[in-house]
Amino acid sequence: MLTIKNLHASVEEGAEILKGLNMEVNAGEVHAIMGPNGAGKSTLAAVLAGKEGYDITQGEVSFDGKDLLELETEDRAKEGMFLAFQYPVEIPGVSNINFLKTALNEIREYRGEEALNAKDFMARVRKSSEIVNLDPKLASRSVNAGFSGGEKKRNEIFQMAMLEPKLSILDETDSGLDIDALKVVSDGVNKLRSKDNAVIIITHYQRLLDYITPDYVHVLADGKIVKTGPKELALELEEKGYDWLNEEKETV
Amino acid sequence: MGYTEDELAKDLESQEYKFGFTSDFKADRAPDGINEDIIRFISAKKEEPEWLLEKRLQAYKAWMQMKEPEWAHVHYEKPSFQDICYYAAPEQTKKYESWDDVDPEMKETMSKLGISMEEQKKLTGTAVDFVMDSVSVATSFKKKLNELGIIFCSFSEAVQEYPELVKKHMGTVVPHQDNFYAALNSAVFTDGSFCYIPEGVTCPMELSTYFRINESGTGQFERTLVVAEKGAYVSYLEGCTAPMRDENQLHAAVVELVAKEDAEIKYSTVQNWYPGDKDGKGGVFNFVTKRGLCEKNAKISWTQVETGSAVTWKYPSCILKGDNSTGEFYSVAVTNNYQQADTGTKMVHLGKNTKSTIISKGISAGQSENSYRGLVQIHPKAENARNFSQCDSLLMTDRSGAHTFPYIECKNNSAKIEHEATTSKIGEDQIFYCKQRGIDEEKAIGLIVNGYCKEVLNKLPMEFAVEAQKLLEISLENSVG
Amino acid sequence: MEVAAENKVLSFVNGWERPTEENAVRKEALQALNAMEFPTTRVEDWKYTRVGKITKRSFKQLNTTIDTSPYIIEDLDAHQLVFVNGYYREDLSAIKKDDALTIQPVDRVDDAYYGQLVEDIDENVFSLMNKAYSNGGVYLHVAKQMKVEHPIHMIHVLTGDEVVANPRHFIRVEQGGKAEVVTTFQSEKAEESFSNVVMEGHVEANAHLRIHKVQTEAKNCFHIANELFVQDEGSQFLINTITTGSRLTRNGLNVIVEGENCHTEMNGAYLGTDRQHLDNHTLIDQLYSNCTSSETYKGVMDDKSVGVFNGKVIVRQDSQNIEAYQSNGNILLSKEATVNSKPELEIYADDVRCSHGSTTGQLDEEALFYLRTRGISEKNAKNLLVAAFIGDVLEKIDIEPLRKSVDQHFLEEFGWEF
Repeated sequence: MLTIKNLHASVEEGAEILKGLNMEVNAGEVHAIMGPNGAGKSTLAAVLAGKEGYDITQGEVSFDGKDLLELETEDRAKEGMFLAFQYPVEIPGVSNINFLKTALNEIREYRGEEALNAKDFMARVRKSSEIVNLDPKLASRSVNAGFSGGEKKRNEIFQMAMLEPKLSILDETDSGLDIDALKVVSDGVNKLRSKDNAVIIITHYQRLLDYITPDYVHVLADGKIVKTGPKELALELEEKGYDWLNEEKETV
Repeated sequence: MGYTEDELAKDLESQEYKFGFTSDFKADRAPDGINEDIIRFISAKKEEPEWLLEKRLQAYKAWMQMKEPEWAHVHYEKPSFQDICYYAAPEQTKKYESWDDVDPEMKETMSKLGISMEEQKKLTGTAVDFVMDSVSVATSFKKKLNELGIIFCSFSEAVQEYPELVKKHMGTVVPHQDNFYAALNSAVFTDGSFCYIPEGVTCPMELSTYFRINESGTGQFERTLVVAEKGAYVSYLEGCTAPMRDENQLHAAVVELVAKEDAEIKYSTVQNWYPGDKDGKGGVFNFVTKRGLCEKNAKISWTQVETGSAVTWKYPSCILKGDNSTGEFYSVAVTNNYQQADTGTKMVHLGKNTKSTIISKGISAGQSENSYRGLVQIHPKAENARNFSQCDSLLMTDRSGAHTFPYIECKNNSAKIEHEATTSKIGEDQIFYCKQRGIDEEKAIGLIVNGYCKEVLNKLPMEFAVEAQKLLEISLENSVG
Repeated sequence: MEVAAENKVLSFVNGWERPTEENAVRKEALQALNAMEFPTTRVEDWKYTRVGKITKRSFKQLNTTIDTSPYIIEDLDAHQLVFVNGYYREDLSAIKKDDALTIQPVDRVDDAYYGQLVEDIDENVFSLMNKAYSNGGVYLHVAKQMKVEHPIHMIHVLTGDEVVANPRHFIRVEQGGKAEVVTTFQSEKAEESFSNVVMEGHVEANAHLRIHKVQTEAKNCFHIANELFVQDEGSQFLINTITTGSRLTRNGLNVIVEGENCHTEMNGAYLGTDRQHLDNHTLIDQLYSNCTSSETYKGVMDDKSVGVFNGKVIVRQDSQNIEAYQSNGNILLSKEATVNSKPELEIYADDVRCSHGSTTGQLDEEALFYLRTRGISEKNAKNLLVAAFIGDVLEKIDIEPLRKSVDQHFLEEFGWEF
């Protein structure tokens, strides 16, 4: 589904952050990307979503056979890529409902599907909000405005449920969540998992992976994947921290 | 990658005026220019009583003594007052008894404007007094309003039918010598609307007038007078679109609101006159004097969405004369290309416990200039006056200007005045967030801007809010391609 | 001369003496004055301040001497420069040795350099009058990359009846230099006298200049100040203006930011009683990108006094990434006091975060009540709250001895304790 080959990216007119990253994600898989602060985890999410301010200096990314880097941000979304933001943006005055209706109908139009009627749309809102225990009242409030940290994160997963993406990238979705909220968010993600979609979890800590079991764990350090392993790798990282990787590298 | 500001600027430029067209009526025109004879001609044409002619002549004399104002932040070529035609009436002036009698061409015109009379009549119960150029030609729902004693008619008709009411209130809020353009209007106004709500009556429907400038080179000088007697309530809607023209057209209206004890008037405007083309050529000059007077416990609420006109100069104001009276001003002003808007309000607190609220949202795109200019004045006897003002400006391009000029004058220490203003660029992170959810740039901007203006749009009556939202999008979105 | 009789400005300055030594600044100012009129309230910049109280009188110059001891700030340990009625009194001054600082008569500012610096700057009738007729004033020069160790205290004393003082100063802080200036304006047995001050300066690249102005002249005197500062790239400029003096005060403060990465800060407190009219008129003109500015002015008006705040921030086209913050708060202590506040933003660039706020009201009734329930008298409770209100402006005065002297003044004048 997603193939990243030798991806190099730098901050515009600045330091290189991704330095030759390779990765392959197939349908039905869950990948976790872990790594120390400053390794380039959030840059990877931003580059995949098409955020401005980064120069791609080398490499290629294909998403379902298309050259992802050539697509506009919104077209990436329409192709089925979803980014759950680490810091969801507040958009005052724009209701969640109106926002999602616009998004969903744009995506459906792109896929050649008809716009949902109000009844079906609302049914979907109800169903999706149940997945993350989101108070339906929040759905009529302005996008993320005045939401607590936990509500914002749940709102991201709620939107994920609404938009049914092929590939979801969860950027530090666990940060700032207490254990109950973490459970709710993970349950939501698990409910949305299927053989047709894939999830990339970007996280600094292992605790989210207690609830969402990854098929692969990648360690991102200094702009590269330095180690890939099964879910147990996450536990090892938790225990030993990231320093042992450097030691290991040195001994190699 | 992504959508740059330059592209946005280009898209904004290429968006053409949607409502530009001319309908083909023959007009009964006065010769161009202004002098006493022209004023007598207008007055005679309208079969006016002597007192009104006298008022016009007084205003004309005052106007002759006045100097056209200069504004620091508004630049335009001053109109030549002798090249303007001050009177033009559509040829067929007969009044319609029912909607079916209306000329099909006129219906066509209205549907191009996006106003479906049929729909409005059926769905909203809105009575519409439609001003085509200077003479009112369609009035509906009159009967139902009549039963309640509500008068809603053209200004000329009011002069004929209710001369005492007109004589009693006209010029009491905006005196003829008030300012240059108000004086001009008082001398040469041709028509407009008159609305009278008797004591204790709540007007059961939104009253609405669509003004439209139609005749080439015709200045439009409407006069609106709304009187709400003790305990009465009315919500009044004014919407404006004008056809595309090359030469500048002058529009100098006067609106007077009188809210007696315990009365409430809501006055909503959507202004979408021709803003000129992307090079700043043409467009309407909109120099309007709007003011309301509040007696004891009365309330006047102005809501405006301004997207049109090449130059806008207007400050819908409230004189809070009565104790416990309330004034409100909610405004969205969008400028694009070379448009200039200098708009705001004046809240004059005279009575005790008077309250005012000002919410202003300015959006500047292209090379436009958008200024908020407002006055909050607390007089010595206005005990416990309260004012809250929030003026926000959003900049869409690096060639546009956004300015905030509040004047706060307080002469009573029991007053509490709070003013806040912010100026910033449209949020790139918000646009990115929307795009990540599959919403394209243009729609994202539409959404964000509408959200930004929500507080104001919410104050509009439902059917007007939808139109206003559409207008905001038209004003700021490009037509793709 | 007939012309003089017709022209109010010229008859106002009639009889004033000019220094015999002519220079370009004086000459041009004198010429420009010919075409000037006194502003009326129809002129937007003077909308809230009538200058008739000044211009209907006549004032004379007076070069005299005083005992400086009451004006020395205890423990300030500063260079002391004394100006009596605008005349620089070197004999009364006490200057420490410091290689970083050179003090000369203001006439020594190079004409060409000065002309270029203030090019296109609008002068008003009062600044022109000052420049044409100034008999004294200093040129403070701070050398490149050097720091003036001690504060520079410019002591201005107005004395005598119907006297005019026209001090004119210029401060140049060269690249990377640093200086801190205290200017005090006081009066001694002065009746209906007029301080007409011009203070200008140039803060060059990466230089720092901090100024604290405290004006406590007698309440039957008049004070008009025209202050202009130009900032170059990477420079920092701060000015605090404390005003309690004069029947009519007008502080006209303009800062032109002519380089990137500058920071500008202006703070002010104005406290009026009787029939005082205190006007603070400020401008920050941002011509380059990546600059920040912050402005806080607070007014407390009692009796029949009038407070005016007009603060303008201009962000010119292509001056991107500007953060400008402006706030004005006013408290009206009496029924007959007045406040006119006009905070303005004029923005021609889009990547900006600008905001302003203005509040006017009386002291918080609930806070007052709360304090009284704790046994504090109403008068003291009010004093406490007023002190708290202007406290955040006074905190910007970071020279301890000066702060102490300001606090002492407030305690004596108003009974406010901080």
